[in-house]
Amino acid sequence: MKPVLVKGSEAIALGALEAGCRCYFGYPITPQNEIPELMARELPKRGGVFLQAESELAAVNMLLGAVSTGVRAMTSSSSPGISLMAETFSYLAALELPAVIVNVSRGGPGLGGIEASQGDYFQATRGAGHGDYHFLVLSPASIQEAYELTAKAFELSEKYRQPALILTDALLGQMKEPLIPRRLRVREYPKDWALDGARGRPARVLKSLFLGPGELRARNELLKKKYRAMRREARAEVLYAEGAELAVCAFGSLSRIVKEAVEMARKKGYPVAFVRPVTLFPFPEKPFRELALRGVRFLVVELNCGQMVEDVRLSVCGRTEVESLALPPSDLPAPEDIYRRIRRCLRRR
Amino acid sequence: MSPKKIKPPLTFPRSLTERPFHYCPGCHHGIAHRLLAEVIDELGIRERAYGVASIGCACFLYYYYDVDICEAPHGRACAAATGAKRARPELAVFTYQGDGDFAAIGLTESLHAAARGERITAIMINNTVYGMTGGQLSPTTLPGQRTTTTPEGRDPRVYGYPLKVAEILAQFPGVAFCARVAVNTPKRVLEAREALRRAFLAQLEDRGFGYVEFLSACPVNWKLDPVSAARKVDELTETFPLGVFRDLT
Repeated sequence: MKPVLVKGSEAIALGALEAGCRCYFGYPITPQNEIPELMARELPKRGGVFLQAESELAAVNMLLGAVSTGVRAMTSSSSPGISLMAETFSYLAALELPAVIVNVSRGGPGLGGIEASQGDYFQATRGAGHGDYHFLVLSPASIQEAYELTAKAFELSEKYRQPALILTDALLGQMKEPLIPRRLRVREYPKDWALDGARGRPARVLKSLFLGPGELRARNELLKKKYRAMRREARAEVLYAEGAELAVCAFGSLSRIVKEAVEMARKKGYPVAFVRPVTLFPFPEKPFRELALRGVRFLVVELNCGQMVEDVRLSVCGRTEVESLALPPSDLPAPEDIYRRIRRCLRRR
Repeated sequence: MSPKKIKPPLTFPRSLTERPFHYCPGCHHGIAHRLLAEVIDELGIRERAYGVASIGCACFLYYYYDVDICEAPHGRACAAATGAKRARPELAVFTYQGDGDFAAIGLTESLHAAARGERITAIMINNTVYGMTGGQLSPTTLPGQRTTTTPEGRDPRVYGYPLKVAEILAQFPGVAFCARVAVNTPKRVLEAREALRRAFLAQLEDRGFGYVEFLSACPVNWKLDPVSAARKVDELTETFPLGVFRDLT
């Protein structure tokens, strides 16, 4: 198949179309406008629905309405817009709706900036809205992976009846790379909960208010069980683990710079491994635990003030040292910057 | 409107469940519920009806209707209804909201859905207060009206004036039917039923947004007995005149 040269945001939109996304609702915000613009061109041609909403608040509630009828639908935004959607995220999780949301994140807090940032890691993995819930969170590191993970998000969200979020950033969203738009197998799951009209069946209800004694507790226990079951979807890319003394960990677009730094260090003979979580929730604890048990130390590199490092520390449970290289936006590090830090980490020992 | 043509219903509506309403004595939600169920039956749309329950006294909509119901966050009913209708245009989609939900926290979503001419039917129960939370000031509270958060009465210098939603929506080309009704007399009940029917025809005939505003008694929060509260609705009509403001059906 011939590769096409597309931006990360376009690859996400193409992945959604490949997965059979029928409806898109969104509100303009930089740096993700390529997603709604591609959807506005492509969805109507395929008999689907594109609708620009009056706000992110309206967009995410349109998404709620659409997915409640059992069709595949999505929205996308960037950090401040995602904050606006947070209220409804809580409802999507409570109603167990398979909605797909994309955050092409930018710097914060507040209006922040429009450059690459990973400041929304906590917001993505801890739910953002009120109450006890999680989203399934996937984070691509290449344009090919953005395409494939978006399609996967549709499948997993249906498999678990669970909202799924793609967390990427301005860097991956805006850069171009060749994409092989190969056909993907996206499994479908029965939708015996969808509100598509009570024809020949009892009426259905999607609600999140539980006032009876014990009802809400039972409901939360059920969600908790589901989140535990989702752990089997945890994925990470692990390289050069053999004989490593230090593992450098990063996610998303930054992981590519980090990978280059790790490879520079290995060429010089430093025993360094590379770990990249692909799923941010569930967090892929296993490779971290295994490396920690072998005495491997960690260096966690992030484009924020240090967020994922907390999940790494929880995963290794005090068995090894975890250092944080926290790089808040707006400058990107060069591979050499990270290489120097790797060297320092290893020399100190 | 020609209420004379309507045959009085003699049977229990198919679209209503038999669960007793939880509403307070003298509240008009019960009458509005029954009328809505009758109209769904009459139009034969029960099996493709999709209702959006909102936040307020009517959040338990799903207990009373034998149709598919989804719950929306506070104020977002018209946006959720938009998504459902756009995803499956064959559905007959309606929202059932209070004045706080529709006209305060959800005014943006409500007005934009109407401006886009969404093929949905929105029902707003206007009782001039936040009923479920205990009778606070709402966007439709009358000047001088005492509520728990305006104990001396609504002062227009502080809170301005009530929003006349039906009159606002009547200006929108995307709105195909827009009326304000009351249910405190038998004649008005029949008129309300006809308004609801037309508000559904607006979407079923693909003409635009349908809107019916019910002036509704809230005896508990108005601190009146049910009969006095029903009479009080007549006073509301001075600020909120009854009638059909726009009808393209």
